[in-house]
Amino acid sequence: MPRPGPATIAAVGRRYRIPLPALAGVSLALVTGALVLVFFVVPNDLNQGFSQRIFYFHVSIAFTAYACFAAGAWKALVHLWKRDPNADLESYVAIHQGVIFGVLVLVTGSIWAKISWGHWWLWSENQLVLFLVLFLFYAAYFMLRFSVDPGPQRANLCAVYALFGVVLIPVSFLAIRLAQKFIHPVVFTRHGANFGGWMLVAYFVSQAALLSLAYTLYRLELSGKRLDARLRELRRAYA
Amino acid sequence: MTTAEKYVTAAYCAVFAIVLLYVLIIALKLQRLEREVETLARAAARERDEDEDREPVQVA
Repeated sequence: MPRPGPATIAAVGRRYRIPLPALAGVSLALVTGALVLVFFVVPNDLNQGFSQRIFYFHVSIAFTAYACFAAGAWKALVHLWKRDPNADLESYVAIHQGVIFGVLVLVTGSIWAKISWGHWWLWSENQLVLFLVLFLFYAAYFMLRFSVDPGPQRANLCAVYALFGVVLIPVSFLAIRLAQKFIHPVVFTRHGANFGGWMLVAYFVSQAALLSLAYTLYRLELSGKRLDARLRELRRAYA
Repeated sequence: MTTAEKYVTAAYCAVFAIVLLYVLIIALKLQRLEREVETLARAAARERDEDEDREPVQVA
């Protein structure tokens, strides 16, 4: 039986067109650009003043978290549909990213709530509670994953769970629009964004920066996980 | 520095700190994997040396 080839970062990362260092460089440039725009270019908001500047990263991080959960669900579907052996790991890493960005949403949201509403958290706000439900649902994904032995059964269970969670994404996003009474601001309506000029530019650059950062971290973690898996194979082969 | 400025700074610092912590954890994990690769590479090299040192024997 031939022994598995050498496990290197290059070997586990060669499936992608954009190299990881280039991706990291782009992310760094975009995040720097976004911070410059947020702190030195955009004007103060008429209603909220300086504190509105949290918006640019808070909303971008929230959309990035949704994107990560959606990507995790998509990979879960690919796993169930095509039985792609890589899809389970990719789904897991995407959901892990989503949970990390979910923590960031909750932290930045709480700080913004404290400035704007005088409270760290309001249980009466559907948008907040539904995001928390979505976050806890995906946090419980890890409890499921680590309570089942590795193998096809675990991959299938996790894939089904990840697919169920994706239903909560539109519910969480639309909650604020469906609510009759709310104090959470709505910035994107059917008629477009409620702001323009440099504010819109800063938002789009921040969104691009956060998506790029999430993708870079996803690739980095995936490389590590694949390298770990290859090493386990090698250890078994040499044992 | 106004209260709003303090909170905005805290929010951005929190984002930076959490991302930094995550990158640090990944970096530590990659360091551990690198050490394991080195251990396996040494084991493979030792095995190869032993194979080379072994004298061929006529079996038939």
